[in-house]
Amino acid sequence: MARTIIDPELEALKAGDEVAFEAIITRYHGPLMRLAMAYVRDHGVAEDVVQETWLTCLRTLDRFEGRSSLKTWIFGILMNVARAQRRKESRVLPFAALFRRDDSGSRRPTVDPHRFGSNGLWTTPPDSWSNLPEATVMSREALDRVKVAIEALPEKQREIVILRDIAGMDSDEVCELLAISATNQRVRLHRGRAAVRRMLEEYLQ
Amino acid sequence: MKCRDVVELMTEYLEGTLSSTDRARFEEHIAGCDGCTAYLEQLRATRRVLGKLADEPIPEPVKSELLKAFKNWKSR
Repeated sequence: MARTIIDPELEALKAGDEVAFEAIITRYHGPLMRLAMAYVRDHGVAEDVVQETWLTCLRTLDRFEGRSSLKTWIFGILMNVARAQRRKESRVLPFAALFRRDDSGSRRPTVDPHRFGSNGLWTTPPDSWSNLPEATVMSREALDRVKVAIEALPEKQREIVILRDIAGMDSDEVCELLAISATNQRVRLHRGRAAVRRMLEEYLQ
Repeated sequence: MKCRDVVELMTEYLEGTLSSTDRARFEEHIAGCDGCTAYLEQLRATRRVLGKLADEPIPEPVKSELLKAFKNWKSR
């Protein structure tokens, strides 16, 4: 499947357009930082990972032919850099951190079963958040809780939630980047988002 | 469809991967169920909050260093 779409932004980069470069590093800084934090724990180390990602992009830009989207390419490079960094760090990581529980393959319910009656209907339904001011839902504290929730996710779910909901990739891009099936992607997204929702619900109650 | 099952189909619904039959049953359930409507709305809000995490601004020193690297790359 050789599809090469002309991407004006990629052309601008290759032509040495500084404005285009600045726009790209500004746009992707947040998502790249979040993804880097999925692999390394320290904020400063994550910043180094992001920086190294951009330098690697520049070193290899001439060879990039645009077979994947520019975005997928950049995020793929970040994942390689971050994983290499983690391998270096894993010598000093506590043993338990390497064996975080992963329920991605489980069919356990994502909502506490006690919230439903034996007939399968809600007995403790969720509250509507539409009455809450948007400023509460989007508060600094809510965002911090969500960060904590993401960091607590099993890695396979964390990657997907970050790529889909923070980096704004679509499911095809994520499947390509991680070389996983659409079903697999969806199951991990489902479990990951549900876990983040639980944390927000706890906070907003 | 029971609420217990509906909540596990929410992502498939949002992804648009439910069969048309399941989608119709799902929507029929949601239309008559405040709890599931609230749950779906919470998932959408969760996505919005997650999206907000993308907003971390790039620190000035990082930006200027990268712009310098880009200039070097350009004049290689």
